[in-house]
Amino acid sequence: MKFLRRFFIRLSNLAAGQSADQRLQEEIAEHLAFQTEENLRAGMSPAEARRQAALKLGSSQAIREHHHAEQSLPFIENLFFDLRYAVRMLLRSPGFALIAISTIALGIGATTAIYSVIDATLMHPLPYPNPAELVRIQNDLPGVGAQDVGISVPEWRDLESSGIFQSVSVSGAGADVNLTGSAQPERLSYKHVTPNYFAVFGIEAQLGRTFDPHDATPGFNLEAVISDGLWKREFGADSHIIGKALLLDNDEYHVVGVMPPGFRDLGSTSEERNTEVWLGAGMAGLPFPPPLRGTRLQSRTVARLKPGLSIVAAQSHLDALVRSLKKQYPAEYPAQAAWAVRLTSLSESVVGSVRQSLILLFGAVGLVLLISCVNVANLLLARASLRGREIAVRQALGAQRTRLIRQFLVESLLLFLLGGIAGFAILFCTQHFLLLLVPESLPHMNEISINWGVLAFALAVSVAAGTVFGLAPAWLISRFDLISTLRQEGRGSSGSRERSRARQILVVSELALSLVLMVAAGLLLRSFWDLFQVQPGFNPDRVTAIQTWLPGPNDPATDIYRTATQESILLHEILRRSRTLPGVEEAAIGDVAAFPLGHSHPRPLPLIREGIETMDNQAPVIDGLIVSPEYFHVLGMPLLRGRLFSDQDIEDTPQVAVINQAAARMYWPGKDGKGEDPVGKRVRLHLDAREPLNSARSAWTTIVGVIADARTESLADAAIPQIYRSVYQHPAKDLDVFLRGQLEPGAILAQERSQIQSIDAQLPVFHAETLDNVLSESLSVKRFSMEMVAFFAATALLLAGLGIYGTISYVVNEQRREIAIRLALGAQKGAILTMILRRGLGLVAAGAGLGVVGALIVSHLMAGLLFGVSPNDLTTFAGVTLVLTTVALAASYIPALRAMRLDPITTLHSE
Amino acid sequence: MKEKPDVLQGTLALMVLKTLDLLGPQHGYGIARRIEQISGDILAVNQGTLYPLLLKLEHEGSIASEWGASDNNRRARFYSLTGAGRKQLKAETRDWEQTAAIIARFFNVKAEDLS
Repeated sequence: MKFLRRFFIRLSNLAAGQSADQRLQEEIAEHLAFQTEENLRAGMSPAEARRQAALKLGSSQAIREHHHAEQSLPFIENLFFDLRYAVRMLLRSPGFALIAISTIALGIGATTAIYSVIDATLMHPLPYPNPAELVRIQNDLPGVGAQDVGISVPEWRDLESSGIFQSVSVSGAGADVNLTGSAQPERLSYKHVTPNYFAVFGIEAQLGRTFDPHDATPGFNLEAVISDGLWKREFGADSHIIGKALLLDNDEYHVVGVMPPGFRDLGSTSEERNTEVWLGAGMAGLPFPPPLRGTRLQSRTVARLKPGLSIVAAQSHLDALVRSLKKQYPAEYPAQAAWAVRLTSLSESVVGSVRQSLILLFGAVGLVLLISCVNVANLLLARASLRGREIAVRQALGAQRTRLIRQFLVESLLLFLLGGIAGFAILFCTQHFLLLLVPESLPHMNEISINWGVLAFALAVSVAAGTVFGLAPAWLISRFDLISTLRQEGRGSSGSRERSRARQILVVSELALSLVLMVAAGLLLRSFWDLFQVQPGFNPDRVTAIQTWLPGPNDPATDIYRTATQESILLHEILRRSRTLPGVEEAAIGDVAAFPLGHSHPRPLPLIREGIETMDNQAPVIDGLIVSPEYFHVLGMPLLRGRLFSDQDIEDTPQVAVINQAAARMYWPGKDGKGEDPVGKRVRLHLDAREPLNSARSAWTTIVGVIADARTESLADAAIPQIYRSVYQHPAKDLDVFLRGQLEPGAILAQERSQIQSIDAQLPVFHAETLDNVLSESLSVKRFSMEMVAFFAATALLLAGLGIYGTISYVVNEQRREIAIRLALGAQKGAILTMILRRGLGLVAAGAGLGVVGALIVSHLMAGLLFGVSPNDLTTFAGVTLVLTTVALAASYIPALRAMRLDPITTLHSE
Repeated sequence: MKEKPDVLQGTLALMVLKTLDLLGPQHGYGIARRIEQISGDILAVNQGTLYPLLLKLEHEGSIASEWGASDNNRRARFYSLTGAGRKQLKAETRDWEQTAAIIARFFNVKAEDLS
């Protein structure tokens, strides 16, 4: 209490500039007068009396200082003095200040920009309460190479009652549904979810309610929860929406709740993230298959762990459960399939894919920050040698060393804070422009914002960098040798050996760091280049894809496109009409999975080869796609063997399929490894959600042809086994129409829509995209990180060049006299040039040596981001080292030239 | 002041408070004089160190000060004990006596007493 009272009084005195000095002086005068009188009374002479009184009192200057220190807060007061002095120093050399501040602004601004992206994605991946408890549950069959095969209803119930989770929800993977009844049939992303879905996330509706977690309706409970966006867009934020009917795929649902504006469904695809309608379903009754243990739903399982249970502990409980279930149901879980259930944290499954890219970017930007800080430290040291006399004089007048260090520290902190604020301000002003550079495929892209947290980060980085990089120069500066500095009188201080060594270390580290960054950028550039040059195996040129969705009502009896025959009438008509559109040369149809490099990956299907596998659960898996016969020609995928399917392969004729070369190689390798001809072989594909949901086993499918491999799933993966089947034999609901020809993307959508809707006005037609565009989009995250790293590397190179230029200039300046004497004694100008350049080369060699070691470490860490390039790629390393050396030598050449042209007479005279 | 050990610092403050308690309001010289009289050489030199201490005590609220006239009609600044100061003095006297008593017992103890 007393301490606080004293502190606040002192603080207010400081703020008010109140001084007690006047009062003290009067008191001292009185004191002396009293004492003098006393002394006089004791019989001293007046002069002696005054002298003794003053002696007894002690040094009045020291008393005043202590009194003043007591009156106010000397620490803060000195800080203000230092700050004022620092501002004055910066104003006196605006060039230096400008360069230093903009260098720091660049480093901190760039770091902060990347941080804001990371803040929105990696650090806050899940906008739900207690996100750490949320896990994704995935069923794998590693024995047959199948991952994420979905969960069956009995398994879900086992998990619910296992005691590991508070609640387990199952949801569809996200799909689209046609909302009809409004002026234009609209296509919405919906998800069917178990009624406890929202309870798992812990999110309440803003209007109405979410589903009752204890609802036990086996099929759809015909309740719908809608998103805030849909509510505002389609229903004008109608507050009486609750209870209204929603016609989805011709089924009637009732709206029970509206989710709050911030709620976004998670998911790895953009369709999933944009879910606007959630439908409650028990997943156990029609239209879902009967709830048998072996019938796995195409689903995503998200659960909330019991509080305090770690993922590792939960996993071990789960493993025990899996073991006992395997014993209990040996028929459903054959040993070969090696059924396993895996828990991953939900945040990992949302942002796991971009983590590596973002961490790489953050690392790169961190290096840029480091280089810019080193550069500024270097500048500070260079300036210190110019201020050598000032420092020496201050020391001679009794300035304490800690005081000097503090003052230099304040100066560098001021610089860094100004730089940080400038960087943040630039970032804040250009954020809208910068966000355009961020690829849309980044999760949570809409949540990236320049907010208070980001500002706090920028300031914290500034202060930390200012302290670290200001302390070292301040320390070295304060160690000036007083006598020799003063003695040198304007001869330009030669500076201590220590300081020039410090500068060299700084430059070497700068060069090394830039080399690391440049190697990283070079490797990324090369792998991106390779990706860009890769033959995708299909021809995206002039192909436009347009999407449409056929309704899939819950009651199959009301589905007018239930059978392949029914659907094929529509598809033939769509294709016929599409070909009549102006500019269209060819047309084909495929399902969503057949959309090259699209968001939806084909579902893996168990492949049962005749005479080899006998059960679903033992079969290897293969990606299944459904296309119309023209698909291969439109996309330019050549037939290698056998035949393609044709319009004559229909529902009533034997089932046929075409596989790609990778599938042929993998599943029909032949006995001697030469490859067996798969044409004519028969297979069965089970667990196929696209099949009509009846219990009849699908007939054998005959492989009729083999096509060349195409990278339709991922450009980076060479060949994934695929099996194509005809849409006329296997009806698909989610369709893409592929059109080849010289088309106007804006106009073609409207034309196609009017054609399709003149056949069936209920069908939504949307999202026209050229495949060329899709191809470049698919590389967007990679391109983004490559461009950014390349930009950072260029910045680093520039800064390193500046750094070495500064250091060599400094060396030349320091050795002016020596060089002049050498020249006067007849040294060749060329020899001087070589001498200076050799200094530069020495620094480069040291920097490059360290840098190569660092780059080797970094390149191995980022091996996962590289494609077709070895992390030790010799060309990249050599090329980058060459570039760095050239730039560094060029930067040293300028001061070397200056040294060579030195006029010995004027130089020696002026010293 | 830095050179003086903390104990002396604490005792000096206590002496100031006690002096003011005994003699009522005093000016700086008067306080210095009394302390010198009682304690001998503790303030023999550097009487000036008293003034920062007085300011500190005033900031802490233990004493108050105002201008007044001295016995021989000089203008001087008079310091007086506040209520808080009186309380502080009491508490510190008690603490001090306790400490002194414990130390005294230690010093008086003989080897025989402990066996």
